[in-house]
Amino acid sequence: MTADPAAHFGRLPATVIEVRDAAVELGGRRVWHDVRVDVAAGEFAAILGPNGVGKSTLLKAMLGLQPLAAGQIRVLATSPARARRAIGYLPQRRSFDASTRIRGVDLIRLGVDGHRWGLPLPGRPARQRKQRIAELVELVGAGRYAHRPVGTLSGGEQQRILIAQALARRPRILLLDEPLDSLDLPNQAAIAALVGRIGRDQGVAVVMVAHDVNPIVAHLDRVVYLGPAGSVVGAPEQVLDSASLTALYGTPVEVLRTAGGRTVVVGVPDSPVGHDHQPVGG
Amino acid sequence: MDDVRFSVDLVADVVQMWSQPFMVNAFRAGTIVAVLSALTGWLVVLRRQTFVAHTLSAVGFPGAAGATLLGAGALTGYFGFCLAAAVVIALLGGRGAGRHGHESALVGTVQGFLLACGFLFVALYKGFLNGTSALLFGSFLGITGGQVTVLAVLAVLVLALLAVAGRPLLFASTDAETARVAGVPVRALDLGFLLVLGATVAAVASITGALLVFALLVLPAATAHRITARPARGLALSVLFGLVAVWSALTATYYSPYPLGFWLTSIAFAGFVTAAGGRAGLDRRHRGGRLVTVFPRDGLPGSRRTAP
Repeated sequence: MTADPAAHFGRLPATVIEVRDAAVELGGRRVWHDVRVDVAAGEFAAILGPNGVGKSTLLKAMLGLQPLAAGQIRVLATSPARARRAIGYLPQRRSFDASTRIRGVDLIRLGVDGHRWGLPLPGRPARQRKQRIAELVELVGAGRYAHRPVGTLSGGEQQRILIAQALARRPRILLLDEPLDSLDLPNQAAIAALVGRIGRDQGVAVVMVAHDVNPIVAHLDRVVYLGPAGSVVGAPEQVLDSASLTALYGTPVEVLRTAGGRTVVVGVPDSPVGHDHQPVGG
Repeated sequence: MDDVRFSVDLVADVVQMWSQPFMVNAFRAGTIVAVLSALTGWLVVLRRQTFVAHTLSAVGFPGAAGATLLGAGALTGYFGFCLAAAVVIALLGGRGAGRHGHESALVGTVQGFLLACGFLFVALYKGFLNGTSALLFGSFLGITGGQVTVLAVLAVLVLALLAVAGRPLLFASTDAETARVAGVPVRALDLGFLLVLGATVAAVASITGALLVFALLVLPAATAHRITARPARGLALSVLFGLVAVWSALTATYYSPYPLGFWLTSIAFAGFVTAAGGRAGLDRRHRGGRLVTVFPRDGLPGSRRTAP
């Protein structure tokens, strides 16, 4: 209901994603409406909310893959479809199964030049490509396993490879759909920290769909809560409070501050502290 | 072939085989088909479309039998039916690679009916004694120079297409949704690849018969996938295995009383079992944990596995 002006860390951020009063209908049903949010370069935003509320749909709308029923989305001051070249996207998935016989570096390479037609030319372009792949492997810390078949890697390792692939063409925006799903707690924390660091260091705006805010809350600049009754947008310290979340979900939600200054959300239907994994929709 | 006997002198054997024009044509056609099917097959295995390939080959049989019945020639029938079936599957199939699982009962039913139709056509064509066996299990006799030319033109066309579309196709095959957002026309590539697959299956079926298409289309590629996860090496190995299988099977058939289909499938299968066994062994060695270098008390570096 509020789209607060982006003023973080005392700098003037350039807005890269503007969502203006947007609404989406799926099969005649209005899944969300009046969503208003700005995301600036280098910011880390999360899209949160219960199952089936259309979190992934909002990400798809930012990619121009989901038409709006009302409102407007501008990405990099143009239409989402036209801005797509500057977006790195990580779709929701389970994982590559063990029989997938292709290496991590091959997947990263597809991010670099997988969209190009014709045979790859040897010489300078090939050397530049190799160097870029090596940089990306280094960036996500995948040096130890990038040359192994991706099907043999753990969930966290696969996710790092895919993040490197999404970053291959130096996007200005990174859209991640449930990248922490089906990871264990240490890996959730590690991937969240990695994404937060890459976004800040490279000035990349990150929008992540998540069903649990706790692993990422320390890195977030902005939170978009989608609920059946409406949406709430703002800085985490504004949005993450017991009263507003309880009103949004219609069920008791507590926001606790730990002695170490950490924020923990308890009782949100899709954010159980015990991490029992429910099927994820929307 | 009465006086034909295999000797220790391989050069003399090959010279003897190639003194027969039909054997020269068989080697030419076999070589072209092996290269074509090894490359297409590598992608089929990656995209998990082996069931589609099997469907196309089952469609090829009534096509070839029907075309023979009408006097149009088996090759025409294979191509006509396989390409038409590829278009139908593309239109019915939905999106992405390997999505035909939920329709498997329906497709299996249609496969059975088509095989029966093929059998009917063969029965109707009474003068065609060896027809069923050749159409189902392959034959290397009577491949004409004209057929070799058709196969060569097709192979050049498919290789050119794969060279142009190789990287986007690989992207779409591993990760369709990401590829689409990166600007790859995934649906067009799906249809294009199904057409390439239809043409390849038709070409392979003309050598191996409709039922043994997998011997060349899937086995060399699956063997290569077991051995390496590197795309360029995998494609090269797949071609190598395909060529070895075809050449040795043709030779074995020429010098033995057993049919080509048996030799081809057995040789390719032996290669696959060896590679799969080796891969399983390697995986078991890795499963206990990662290999780490340790410095035990005696000071000599060695390696051991971390706890699982």
